Amino acid sequence: MKIIYTDSLVIGGGLAGLRVAIASKQRGYDTIVLSQIPAKRSHSAAAQGGMQASLGACIKGEGDNEDVHFADTVKGSDWGCDQDVARMFVNTAPKAIRQLCAWGVPWSRVRKGDRQVIINGEKVTITEKNEAHGLISSRDFGGTKKWRTCYTSDGTGHTMLYAMDNKAIQLDIPVHERKEAIALIQEEGVCYGAIVRDLVTGDLIAYMAKATTIATGGYGRLYAVSTNAVISEGIGAAIALETGVAPLGNMEAVQFHPTAIVPVGILTTEGCRGDGGLLLDKDGHRFMPEYEPEKKELASRDVVSRRMTEHMRKGKGVSSPYGDHLWLDITLLGREHIEKNLREVKEICDYFLGIDAAEEYIPVRPTQHYSMGGIRTKHTGESTELAGLFSAGEAACWDMHGFNRLGGNSVAETVVAGMIVGEYVADYCKENCLNVSTKTVDRAMKKQENMIADLINRDAGENPFELKKEMQQIMMDKVGIFRNGDDLTKAVDELKVLNRRAKNIALRNRISSSNPELVEAIRVPKMIKLAQCVAYGAQLRTESRGAHAREDYPERNDRDWLNRTLATWKEEDADLPEMNYEPLDVMKMEMPPASRGYGVDNIVPHPDTEKRVEEIETVKQENPDADRFEIQEVINPIDIPAKFTGRNERVGRGFK
Amino acid sequence: MCGQAVKEKQETQDKQDIQERARTLTFEILRYNPQVKGETPKMKTYQVKEAPGMTIFIALNEIREYQDPSLQFDFVCRAGICGSCGMVINGAPGLACRTLTANYPDGVIKLLPLPGFELIGDLSVNTGKVFRAMSERVESWIHDKHADNVDLDKLEETMDPDTADEIYELERCVECGVCLAACATKRMRDDFLGAAGFMRLARYAVDPRDKRSDEEFYDIIGDDDGVFGCMTLLGCEDYCPKDLPHQTRIAYLRRKMAFAKRS
Ligand SMILES: Cc1cc2nc3c(=O)[nH]c(=O)nc-3n(C[C@H](O)[C@H](O)[C@H](O)COP(=O)(O)OP(=O)(O)OC[C@H]3O[C@@H](n4cnc5c(N)ncnc54)[C@H](O)[C@@H]3O)c2cc1C
Ligand code: FES
Repeated sequence: MKIIYTDSLVIGGGLAGLRVAIASKQRGYDTIVLSQIPAKRSHSAAAQGGMQASLGACIKGEGDNEDVHFADTVKGSDWGCDQDVARMFVNTAPKAIRQLCAWGVPWSRVRKGDRQVIINGEKVTITEKNEAHGLISSRDFGGTKKWRTCYTSDGTGHTMLYAMDNKAIQLDIPVHERKEAIALIQEEGVCYGAIVRDLVTGDLIAYMAKATTIATGGYGRLYAVSTNAVISEGIGAAIALETGVAPLGNMEAVQFHPTAIVPVGILTTEGCRGDGGLLLDKDGHRFMPEYEPEKKELASRDVVSRRMTEHMRKGKGVSSPYGDHLWLDITLLGREHIEKNLREVKEICDYFLGIDAAEEYIPVRPTQHYSMGGIRTKHTGESTELAGLFSAGEAACWDMHGFNRLGGNSVAETVVAGMIVGEYVADYCKENCLNVSTKTVDRAMKKQENMIADLINRDAGENPFELKKEMQQIMMDKVGIFRNGDDLTKAVDELKVLNRRAKNIALRNRISSSNPELVEAIRVPKMIKLAQCVAYGAQLRTESRGAHAREDYPERNDRDWLNRTLATWKEEDADLPEMNYEPLDVMKMEMPPASRGYGVDNIVPHPDTEKRVEEIETVKQENPDADRFEIQEVINPIDIPAKFTGRNERVGRGFK
Repeated sequence: MCGQAVKEKQETQDKQDIQERARTLTFEILRYNPQVKGETPKMKTYQVKEAPGMTIFIALNEIREYQDPSLQFDFVCRAGICGSCGMVINGAPGLACRTLTANYPDGVIKLLPLPGFELIGDLSVNTGKVFRAMSERVESWIHDKHADNVDLDKLEETMDPDTADEIYELERCVECGVCLAACATKRMRDDFLGAAGFMRLARYAVDPRDKRSDEEFYDIIGDDDGVFGCMTLLGCEDYCPKDLPHQTRIAYLRRKMAFAKRS
């Protein structure tokens, strides 16, 4: 048996994984990163729009700070997030962006003086301050009070990932490419690494580690059409689920992005609307102001996606052989702006639609985009149930996004979580030794060997590509933007059947080395289990919160549902996950539940909400001289690695 | 029939019409799995019904799913962003995911793996190894002793907005390997750094945060495996999917290196 030992094993070479690896390596621990693909090709590279951090250098970001970012994030989550974590996040984001700046990201900078921008469909001149000249600039994004999204043209993720991977190369961190973790090694509630398949030779290797971090990105490809990379299949989350111990959190919280191109589902960034682009219907009419008079096109993502769907249901969509769509108009931004700040968008329209986005409208429709759910962790990033297993980035439910994440908050999460969780991973490496019986490793290895042998030896059975297609269609049709009890019940039942069928996959190409059909056969049963967590969670959650919108339960029900869904798969042969719920404690919230300010208010209040509002008021009255930091310290004290506790400086304001 | 049903019927009809008019495409693909003992490279032909907006990504997946599940290729973003899918398409290296089948009027598309890279199987090549080595060779990171001691609480150092834009222009390389596959010098001399490496170095050379001197850059590329080996045939410039300014940057580095040597 081939065994490789390390201190810190990081599964995933995207932004989150690389940042965790850098942290543990810098603390002196032997670190290995595993990735299905070369690290720089990870899906993080596709983020175009930007990263949120409250630097407040650009004039439209004036007055921004951690508190404003916190409020936007909590509201955006529809109060479903973990407010401690959201707090840790907003306080650290400015540091993360400044560190990336030192590591080489060429962030777009503020240029002093006048410039023309488009706001609410009108040309407006804004004047940038002299003293902000050359600092990191920011643009407008949905659901944010200030212009807070920092960017490099529209290649933000690309430049962040390149800087991060280059840093990892500088630190001599090995990235083992074309390797896929297919199971975790665990004994009595502790994780000791993973069983990994070499995608070229087909060899199985046991990677043994003190700490194992899963940073494998989202599970968008459970859906037939998604903006995600084709490898965003949730395998990291699935192998955690398959331990039977580690729970997944809020899997039903799936985000749909308003503007993916039709039919292929490639994203055009929110930056299009942030920079002034408009949504139009078949009559060329701008409809969003009628639904959301205040934020219009820049309401939170989940809201815009639902409004678009509603509008199409009223017959206002543009017909096409691929179903209805709407238009995204960026022509009003002018060619110069588009060719500089929205170039990727222009390229995509050019290559995939054969249109010139500076002259023509772009056909768009809401499309699966982001997975809020994932491996449930504590604020340290460690699994709540399986010691030694950590998770960061889109794969995790660290839970700063609750039921809807804001644009620009995700790449920000990857690097901030990477910094913070990386420190806790290093602490764990320091405090623990690799103490596992060889029997356990043997058993874990044997199990995977047998699974693969069964696949190769089975003469007849199910086609993995077919099963995947069926699963993806069920998710599209029945677990989409708007959900209802009947469809969800059907989805849960149909997925159960697929789960059973997936136990009987047979291959046409019966070799164990590099073999795409075998890869599929190993992944599909895992993906079906995840799909079951999503569908079953959605069926049970009889309320609407953030991206989880139930037509039969339109109210946000804080009284009964202010909690986090936890899915575990205890018995291997079970045909459904076990669901539990972790309450969110209103009495600990820095920001007690309130309205998000979209559409009509439709909230069943939590009995503690009023009490907590009063309590916070009292704290403020009793401490009339306290500044915002001191107040936060009292109402939401957080535990954060000492290196990241300093206050953040802003131009013109110092450290206030 | 209600409005919705009429509409759906119309959509189905539209789809059928499109299908009936569709061409049948012929794909000729190099097949070879070095992992299987005794296998030898051969060309295999597949036919696929064309759909509107079909890309080579879509077509190859159809072949894999319905005709030959052993077919190997690499796609990740399928949007022309990640650089995974370089291959030789009817003689020209390019990104397969964003290549429309409609671009080929006779409906015959011949696919070969990118030359000059270790073959993993069929159309899949090991670009990761080559680019990691490139990054190590040009030390593709900011050289500044203080980069790790920056006080993260304080304002970041300012940078001229035009400089930031210029760096980004040069950093848009996606490491797809097309420039190396299109480079005659590289094909003759494996140690030749090639356009992607020059571009990476040029990116750091314009970055004020990188404190390397011209002499230090010279040590990396001031020989025949570096910029002086380039025969200026400029396959890189012709085929780069990101339209990076290879020609001007190679010329710039040459001037800079010639100067560094003299000084
Ligand atoms: C088109 C698009 C645009 C976006 N734009 C923005 C934006 O502008 N702003 C923003 O904040 N967010 C944006 N997002 C979201 C954001 O990009 C992602 O959430 C984030 O980059 C995820 O990073 P990650 O490190 O968690 O995972 P990823 O970057 O997805 O990396 C996952 C890694 O895990 C590896 N891996 C997966 N499974 C395994 C396994 N079983 N074994 C070994 N390795 C494995 C992969 O090889 C890969 O290296 C966008 C997302 C999309 C789809
Ligand atoms: S698959 Fe990413 S560039 Fe083609």
